[in-house]
Amino acid sequence: MEKTLPKIEIIEKYCKGCHICVEFCPTKVLEMKGFVASVKNLEACIKCMQCELRCPDFAIKVITD
Amino acid sequence: MAFDYDKYIRPGKLPHIWCPGCGHGIVMKGLIRAIDSLQLDTKNTAIVSGIGCASRLPGYMDCCTLHTAHGRAAAFATGVKMAKPEMNVILVGGDGDGTAIGGNHFIHACRRNIDMTYIILNNKIYGMTGGQFSPATPTGAKASTTPYGNPDPPFDIAKLAIGAGATFVARGTAYHATQIDKLIAEAIQHKGFSVVEILDDCPTTYGRRNKFKSVIEMMNHLKETSVPVKAAEKMTAEQLQGKVLTGVLYKEEKPEYTTEYAKVIERAQAK
Amino acid sequence: MAKKVAFLQGNEAAAHGAIYAGCNFFAGYPITPSTEVAEVCSLELPKLGGKFIQMEDEIGAMAAILGASLAGSKVLTATSGPGLSLKQELIGYGCIAEIPCVIYNVMRGGPSTGMPTGPSQSDVMAAKWGTHGDHPAILLVPASVQETYEEIIRAFNLSEKYRTPVMVMPDEIVAHMRERIVFPEPGEIEVVPRKAPTVPPEQYKPYDTSFGDVPPLASYGTGYKFHVTGLNKMQDGFPTTKAEIVQAEEERQVRKVNANVDDIVTFEEYLLDDAEVVVIAYGSTSRSARYAVNAAREQGIKAGMFRIKTFWPFPDKQIKALAGKVKGFVTPEMNLGMCTGEVERCAQGKVPVLGIFRVDGEPINPDQIVAKIKEVK
Repeated sequence: MEKTLPKIEIIEKYCKGCHICVEFCPTKVLEMKGFVASVKNLEACIKCMQCELRCPDFAIKVITD
Repeated sequence: MAFDYDKYIRPGKLPHIWCPGCGHGIVMKGLIRAIDSLQLDTKNTAIVSGIGCASRLPGYMDCCTLHTAHGRAAAFATGVKMAKPEMNVILVGGDGDGTAIGGNHFIHACRRNIDMTYIILNNKIYGMTGGQFSPATPTGAKASTTPYGNPDPPFDIAKLAIGAGATFVARGTAYHATQIDKLIAEAIQHKGFSVVEILDDCPTTYGRRNKFKSVIEMMNHLKETSVPVKAAEKMTAEQLQGKVLTGVLYKEEKPEYTTEYAKVIERAQAK
Repeated sequence: MAKKVAFLQGNEAAAHGAIYAGCNFFAGYPITPSTEVAEVCSLELPKLGGKFIQMEDEIGAMAAILGASLAGSKVLTATSGPGLSLKQELIGYGCIAEIPCVIYNVMRGGPSTGMPTGPSQSDVMAAKWGTHGDHPAILLVPASVQETYEEIIRAFNLSEKYRTPVMVMPDEIVAHMRERIVFPEPGEIEVVPRKAPTVPPEQYKPYDTSFGDVPPLASYGTGYKFHVTGLNKMQDGFPTTKAEIVQAEEERQVRKVNANVDDIVTFEEYLLDDAEVVVIAYGSTSRSARYAVNAAREQGIKAGMFRIKTFWPFPDKQIKALAGKVKGFVTPEMNLGMCTGEVERCAQGKVPVLGIFRVDGEPINPDQIVAKIKEVK
């Protein structure tokens, strides 16, 4: 079965650049691009939702099917 | 699927005022998931706060919200709940607001066992005023008013709540995001006064004065210093040194205040 | 059918008057000499399905009534001097957030613990200036048990009509003396209900000035979700620091009272038609003043009394008018000149204002007032 990838939406105007999502992602999907979080490697996403749960700024949405 | 937080947030109110890396937003998300999981009617839910960073939380929530004066959330909320016992009443505030200036209202709300849920975001500091030490600041810690280290011993807020008579007391951390909603939901469902202390971080005014190099270090500290109550049962006193327990710390069934007052009305009307 | 009469204390009458006005929530903290109000409320309110709660402190009691008022109750607290001081921050909260409530404060000696069982009239300035910041103030000062009953009803009406805290302050003599009181029939005295919103919840703003200076107030738990804060706020209830909005809102809060002084200010004129010397008095002191005016008249002096029933807003207009007609004012009061200063302001130097000040826990007796009347040349 082929792996389906989620869509990770980052609301840049909400992101305050705290790094929490980047650091606590178990598969290093995210990175900081300047002051905001950004998706670096969507392929690695295991849809654990930790980034969405932990984002204090309501800036990340992990959209799965 | 992404969780739809927007359903519970007032349009146009984000981004919030909290600093980068402040855990208050994580707790707010937990509260929203708890409200959602219980399907609380937001028209019938009051969220009451005092003053401070944490106390700005109600303003974002699409509920009946009341941002009161410093320390007075529990007393205002008691008035709301007594007047309308059918409403869900949730209190939100910080450690300084709740246990220093509001300490008296806090312990008496615990004692009455009035059916409300108090979420205390304990970041161990007065953040909004610039980092003065609070009753939860550890001894020795640096704050803007303890330049030589804090001489005061801190409160254990959960123990204080238990001692004062709260009938549901739980503790979580901003790191353990998935647990927050479950603790809050269980607290709301509990009939009586419930307290959920969430250990939180204040990178801006606490972290930088206390040798935390980053938000991540503070989050990891929350992770490393906390032990679930179940796990703690199997640990020695030595192993538990410097650790805080998380999870549901105390729960008992006791007469609830508004129910008891309804009986007062019955007795008065029977005469 | 004959009306119901009783022999009541001022404090007891206050509680019964509040209930007549529809009060269904009382929160208080025990303090001499106001405790009878709480005691009567604890007995009577639950009979009517109302709520009584004794809070952990004075501040908590003030907070609880504000919370209950937002949840739709008509609310009362009772206190005395030190308790009034403690409540002041939240009285300001009630003013800025525009929450109807009635604060009944029995005036005892002060400052601080002072003389808990002695009468005084030294809280009248605290009623206006006690909380920080600009804010409206309404203060009623009854002089008899009957009037305490009626004025507390008026206090509830004013608090609902103008959406602001209203204070009633008898001195300890009025609060503790017993007199015959005739209860009004239901409906005999008007009871003003809260102005409820006419717009649906999604359009509701708690400070919507398109409805005038006193916007309708919804209640929590009735389908209206709104935000209340002690910060300077916008019409939708959310905080702002925008200069023009803050200025406009602050001015409106004060204007809603100041533009309606004629509706709020009440007074009694006693033998003023030909009066040359006017005693300006309030509370129990006015009872001595009435006796003194009669005694002075018997001695051929054209004396009269202007009795203040509404202390704030102060009856500026009436006293300014009198100042143009009389030879002088005599102002007896159980403080060191609080009302006297206001009368001097209104007299504008046209006529002398002779104060009689007692702060020894004893009432001012008529002889003192007669002697002072005679000093007016």
